[in-house]
Amino acid sequence: MTGEVAVLGVGMHPWGKWGRGFVEYGVTAARTALADAGIDWRDIGSIVGADTVRGGYPGYVAGATFAKALGWQGARVASVYAACASGAQALNTARAQILAGLADVVLVVGADAAPKGFFRPAGGDRPDDPDWLRFRVLGATNPTYFGLYARRRMALYADTLEDFAQVKVKNAALGALNPHARYRKKVTAEEVAGSAVVADPLRLLDICATSDGGAAVVLSSMDFARRHGAAGPVRIRAVSTVTPSYPNTVLDLPDIATDSAAAVRPADGTFRASIARAAYEEAGIGPEDLSLAEVYDLSTALELQWYEDLGLCGEGEAVKLLREGATSLGGRIPVNVSGGLASFGEAVPAQAIAQVCELTWQLRGSAGDRQVAGARVGITANQGLFGHGSSVVAVR
Amino acid sequence: MSRTRTPVVTGWFAGEGDDFRLLGTRCSACTSVFFPREDAFCRNPGCPGGELVEVPLSPRGRVWSYTDSRYRPPSPYVTDPELSWEPYTLIAVELESERIVVLGQAAPGITVADLTVGMEVVVVPGVLNEDAETTWTTWHWQPTGVAA
Ligand SMILES: [Zn+2]
Repeated sequence: MTGEVAVLGVGMHPWGKWGRGFVEYGVTAARTALADAGIDWRDIGSIVGADTVRGGYPGYVAGATFAKALGWQGARVASVYAACASGAQALNTARAQILAGLADVVLVVGADAAPKGFFRPAGGDRPDDPDWLRFRVLGATNPTYFGLYARRRMALYADTLEDFAQVKVKNAALGALNPHARYRKKVTAEEVAGSAVVADPLRLLDICATSDGGAAVVLSSMDFARRHGAAGPVRIRAVSTVTPSYPNTVLDLPDIATDSAAAVRPADGTFRASIARAAYEEAGIGPEDLSLAEVYDLSTALELQWYEDLGLCGEGEAVKLLREGATSLGGRIPVNVSGGLASFGEAVPAQAIAQVCELTWQLRGSAGDRQVAGARVGITANQGLFGHGSSVVAVR
Repeated sequence: MSRTRTPVVTGWFAGEGDDFRLLGTRCSACTSVFFPREDAFCRNPGCPGGELVEVPLSPRGRVWSYTDSRYRPPSPYVTDPELSWEPYTLIAVELESERIVVLGQAAPGITVADLTVGMEVVVVPGVLNEDAETTWTTWHWQPTGVAA
């Protein structure tokens, strides 16, 4: 088992469409996390930024961008990018530095200012870039991939549109309780059914929006936490950043085809399942130990897929778990009590960090109306396109 | 003025009519098949590396899943903003012998209502878009009428 690191502080800039730059959201989140930790920025030994590809050059060097905005103080810096998994990579970089003894206390920041409408590839003709090709050749937006996964579940497991809508109903009700969420009102199944189809069978309210937002975490060594007077801090016990195994047999964004399994037998279980398995193994726990989970509900149907990939239930049983209320607040294993992406919309480099903020509040028992009673162990799960696993286990 | 017919991507498909095929590559050492084609290195981590030889993919497969695009996709997808948006259908198709799933647009006129998972489809030549000088060609999936 890998050593643990302490979560000394967390902070977020509320999600929304604020029309300002990503640096402002990141710095607001960072200052909030530093205040929560009771740490002066000048005492931070290292800063790790999760990059955004939508902010020009400052976005590619997010660590330095945030360090400059907070005021240069000489800290070690790193900037990482792994699409939706960028936040987990940033957390893992910070953790590795702490466990290696390179830094005692590290600030992790991710923020984004999202464009209107569909995410689109960078400009120019780039026939060697699968992300460019899927748009040029197929017009395959992110929601079309979500539509393919949803239809596949309907065919294999008899999931229904009403089931998908109930995921949105659950998450919207929880998001209404979260002051950091962008959408803070309840949604009915009728409203989901009445929203426009975007990519059959999914409707507008089945698919997460893109948002502005920022999230930050202050991590430290357990020794530093003790010296700092943090009694019983939330600890990060595992960070899974695994890649797929060849042949990867589930069509992943932004690919036009899967690997062929004709010559090599695929590993047991999908890539997504392997992301959680690595986190469980590193943490020395199993799904039965979880108090809550924060998963990447890019669509309602994808949240159901995560139930199975996390081992909360067997293959094809996600809808049963949902209908039983097991994944609602008060259920056996509440999922996305933050309100999830359904209530936040995606702020790519901030989102995996925001998931850890929610785990921290829940494990501290400070999540207010959306508190999971007696929360002791939480997991986040997420997948960044181009083969990036992302899962964090936090305990208290 | 007549337009030149040009594949939207070079080397991904070839042939006319019934002889139209998607083109991948196969590793001469481990027999792994790649689409989109790999021409430099075999991606099987257990393979010492072999010569990558062009190979046509099976023309028929079964629907793995399908969806459509109800809104106009962003550039570099080419559309005429003057025309109202006509949704098109996307099909992910599993090829049995290659054990690979390949995404493609459905032939014009095919909607999600015409499809079921497991239904047989065949690859056919299609047109992606046209500009002043060029007809950009692509591949389409067309149901064969054989049910799941
Ligand atoms: Zn090979």
